[in-house]
Amino acid sequence: MTSVVILDYGSGNVRSAQRAIETTGAKVSISADFDEALAADALLVPGVGAFAACVQGIKNVRGEQIIGRRLAGGRPVLGICVGMQVLFERSTEHSGDSFFEGLNEWPGTVEKLEAPVLPHMGWNNVSAASGTQMFSGIESERFYFVHSYAARKWELDPHEMLAAPKVSWANHGEDFVAAVENGPLWATQFHPEKSGEAGLTLLANWISAIK
Amino acid sequence: MSVAIRVIPCLDVDAGRVVKGVNFENLNDAGDPVELARRYGNSGADELVFLDITASSSNRETTYEMIRKTADQLFIPLTVGGGVRTVSDVDQLLRAGADKVGINTAGIANPELISDSAKRFGDQCVVISVDVRRNKESVSGFEATTHGGRNSSGRDAIEWIIEAAERGAGEVLLNSMDADGTKNGYDLELISAVRAAVEIPVIASGGAGKLSDFAPAVKAGANAVLAASVFHFNEISIQEVKDELARSGEEVR
Repeated sequence: MTSVVILDYGSGNVRSAQRAIETTGAKVSISADFDEALAADALLVPGVGAFAACVQGIKNVRGEQIIGRRLAGGRPVLGICVGMQVLFERSTEHSGDSFFEGLNEWPGTVEKLEAPVLPHMGWNNVSAASGTQMFSGIESERFYFVHSYAARKWELDPHEMLAAPKVSWANHGEDFVAAVENGPLWATQFHPEKSGEAGLTLLANWISAIK
Repeated sequence: MSVAIRVIPCLDVDAGRVVKGVNFENLNDAGDPVELARRYGNSGADELVFLDITASSSNRETTYEMIRKTADQLFIPLTVGGGVRTVSDVDQLLRAGADKVGINTAGIANPELISDSAKRFGDQCVVISVDVRRNKESVSGFEATTHGGRNSSGRDAIEWIIEAAERGAGEVLLNSMDADGTKNGYDLELISAVRAAVEIPVIASGGAGKLSDFAPAVKAGANAVLAASVFHFNEISIQEVKDELARSGEEVR
């Protein structure tokens, strides 16, 4: 049975994420234990609230090391919402004229969306990149978003020696990165655990992609 | 391709049972919240709202248990409001499985409750719930009431909503006490006034009685439409509302 750890670093309620992943048949535990989070078949990094608080919470449990070592070993990690945003280099959320540093798995800045209504709250379409595993069978479904900040550009330069990440976009006032599939590192700006049947399918796609 | 207008059933709950009254009186029992939540989740509801109308009394643990049971089966967003007085209340509701918490009367008495909750849990989970009544004496013509519409708060509704948004509320649940229970349609002037005042999403509530009531609320500026009895008593289905909104050019899921 596939084992999944939800990284428990004080990021609010993760009960629904646990229940949602359990519907795929995986065994899910909520833990901040370093070895358990390394050993799990898959790691989910949740995130609600402020960017800086999430980065700090992750660092408090040495989450950046857990993520880094897992990725070095090609082992799956999925970041959700702010758990995706922290994977970028930096965010301008509540940072005044400066910025807060993220975990820097990807270059780029998480910035406030320019849109008439914020937060972006509700079910939106995603333009799924071609050939993703994540959106297999659910390419035209809507997913539940709730956020005001996002990566408005994808800045990782393509490299002939690396497989190109599959970047999927959504639009609210402007285009932003809705999901990334980058080898073992996956992320969604939306909440699959709150996106009904489509979200459960996405999580099942994640679990079934785990070798 | 843009964010869909949300259609939201509201379940008024009292001691673990769903009830809905006309103008908050003459309550009728309309069923079990967990069953209703599952039914709505399967029939296209974009979110659910639980309003705990007796939350001020001793039955808090009943509420938490009901939320836990619902959240275990429901994979769409769940908002819970009613009797939320402290940051600790917000914390317990989120822990039980709520995604968002509605703050009403206590927010007016203690606006720090909104700021403190938004700082601790994030803007996205703080919903400012406002029971609005028309009052010519009030600056905007709308005043905020408390205790389910029974008391005047002395605050202008629009001013209060602007303050709540500045304090970090991520959404406003706008309930017209004049329209509530009348089934004569949403208060469109109220929706327009709030839309013009804040950038946070607006949930229109109060007055839905027929299929043609929903699109005008969206045209007036609502990002979501909420109703209770018309859904609970099968007078209108969620899908019918969505079809109607789509016909009038709105995006729906």
